[in-house]
Amino acid sequence: MGVPRLTGPQPVPEQAVAVHTATHSQALIHAGDSRRADAAFFYAMLACGCSVLALVGLIVYELITKSSLSWHAFGWKFFFRSDWDPVNDQFGALPFVYGTIVSSILALLIAVPLAVGVAVYITEMAPRWLRGSLAFTTELLAAIPSVIYGLWAIFVLVPLLRQYLQPWLAKYLGWTGLFEGPPYGIGMLAAGIILAVMVVPIVSSITREVMTAVPQQQREAVLALGATRWEMIRTGVLRNARAGIMGGVILGLGRALGETMAVTMVIGNRPEIAKSLFAPGYTMASVIANEFSEATGDLYLSALVEVGLALFLVTIIVNIVAQLLVWTVTRGTPARSHA
Amino acid sequence: MPEKTMLPADFSDAPISLWRRGLNFLVSAAAIGAVVVVLMPLGAVFGYLIYKGIGSINWAFLTQIPKPPGEAGGGMANAIAGSVYILLIASSMGVPLGIGAGIYLSEYGRGTRFGNLIRFTADVLNGVPSIIVGIVAYGLVVLTQGHFSALAGGVALAIMMVPTITRTTEEMLLLVPQAVREAAYGLGVSRWRTTLSITLRTATSGVITGVMLAFARVAGETAPLLFTAFGNQYWNWKLEQPTAALSLQIFTYAISPFDEWHRQAWAGALILIVLIVTSVGAVRLVANRGMLKGAN
Repeated sequence: MGVPRLTGPQPVPEQAVAVHTATHSQALIHAGDSRRADAAFFYAMLACGCSVLALVGLIVYELITKSSLSWHAFGWKFFFRSDWDPVNDQFGALPFVYGTIVSSILALLIAVPLAVGVAVYITEMAPRWLRGSLAFTTELLAAIPSVIYGLWAIFVLVPLLRQYLQPWLAKYLGWTGLFEGPPYGIGMLAAGIILAVMVVPIVSSITREVMTAVPQQQREAVLALGATRWEMIRTGVLRNARAGIMGGVILGLGRALGETMAVTMVIGNRPEIAKSLFAPGYTMASVIANEFSEATGDLYLSALVEVGLALFLVTIIVNIVAQLLVWTVTRGTPARSHA
Repeated sequence: MPEKTMLPADFSDAPISLWRRGLNFLVSAAAIGAVVVVLMPLGAVFGYLIYKGIGSINWAFLTQIPKPPGEAGGGMANAIAGSVYILLIASSMGVPLGIGAGIYLSEYGRGTRFGNLIRFTADVLNGVPSIIVGIVAYGLVVLTQGHFSALAGGVALAIMMVPTITRTTEEMLLLVPQAVREAAYGLGVSRWRTTLSITLRTATSGVITGVMLAFARVAGETAPLLFTAFGNQYWNWKLEQPTAALSLQIFTYAISPFDEWHRQAWAGALILIVLIVTSVGAVRLVANRGMLKGAN
């Protein structure tokens, strides 16, 4: 890298100092100390770098040691039992696992078509002057804090669901069994919808990124064959970007799984497994948020930390898979298209 | 059309079937529809924040501490100050660590296996749910100290700031041309001096962008503060005491049964969003002025 290695204190000839400007001579005079200072600086920066490793190590260590009590008491069965009874020290995390999975999948079902639609519009259809501001506006959705989404959901979304959407769903789709029971407004459906709003900006910004990475010649080639714009987007762009889009979707899943506040405020917080989306539920993140600070008893606390450990491991795996998928597209090697 | 057969490549007159054109139109309409549907909640959230919030912001709200439940009046002054306080604590730890790690990655760890490991770990840390960070800060600080505290909240937010700052700092430093560093070395400037006064200085506005993004990201965080800073109905400036925070106060008020508190939750949310949007806006302003002032 062409870094000069000075061997030690070097005598500066007086004449040389005289012709140099002040800054130059100063740098040369101090050059002798630079070796020790360089080493000190290097180790300081290395320590900062290592702190990132240390933080993740610390998270893993804390979660594992603090959850060992519950792990030893229940083992794997912890995740397959559905009783959550702090009074009798019986803990099973199945309702939370179920709530987390269902609310996240519901969110993705709503968010992914919308997010891909937005990304397609911004990168392929919108007039050039509109692209920047539209992209900024959708990204603004990601800047709104979770607790504000929760506030809005409680006072605006939930009443809307209760009065309009839920009666309508119950009337026309009630036979599926997914939309049964009293329309409280609060419940799994509300959680899924507010999560969808929060996931859209992530999925759409990754989708835009991978779509932009598809070479322009692809589009021109498909258009030259006489394709309509949609056919060009489908065969020339989406097909090449699909691994990356999948990565974006999984990244969105990672966000939805770990999202806490907005979900806690509207999901109803009842550890039950119900088929109907109208019914209240509970998620892994929200049970920690609600019960951690008032958990009495070591086993209770330990069980909550174990829920946290499971959530941590799942989100980490999901995020790593997502990163790998996005890289396959943006790292200059477009996924092979099977035409 | 016998003469057409001579030009097999010319399909310009061939009609595109109605089905294909119709589908093209439908998909375009669907994409525009998706944009409208996505912008709706954005408009609705901001609309409601302003509509419900502005009427409730007054002098008392900005200067008084909360009144007991059910009583009218009172404000969030202690929560606003508490948020700023916790964010200052978090920044004082997270910003130097993040910038340092970024410097390591770009100046020393480029292409090395250890550097890649740190980069990867930073991305992993970025994806850790905020509530988990809260648990860890609880174990680290609250359990050691014996009670909830502003420091614990600051540590939690600092942990969340580090990966964002690390990655943006690295990216911004990598944008500085190698020749700039070499020019400094050529003048006999030592390596640490070059990194701090030349490389980092050149990338300043980009690094500030990263710091502000991290700041905006944690400013509205609630989950990691629930069992670290915990909240407080009174003023607190002590590091080792529970402290109010704007986001916590919004949460508590939003799920309470009192209309007066709901009103104040909206006002608090408006103030929080103004804080965040101003910092994001400031980022755009800095970013538009060019990532690398003086690089050329």
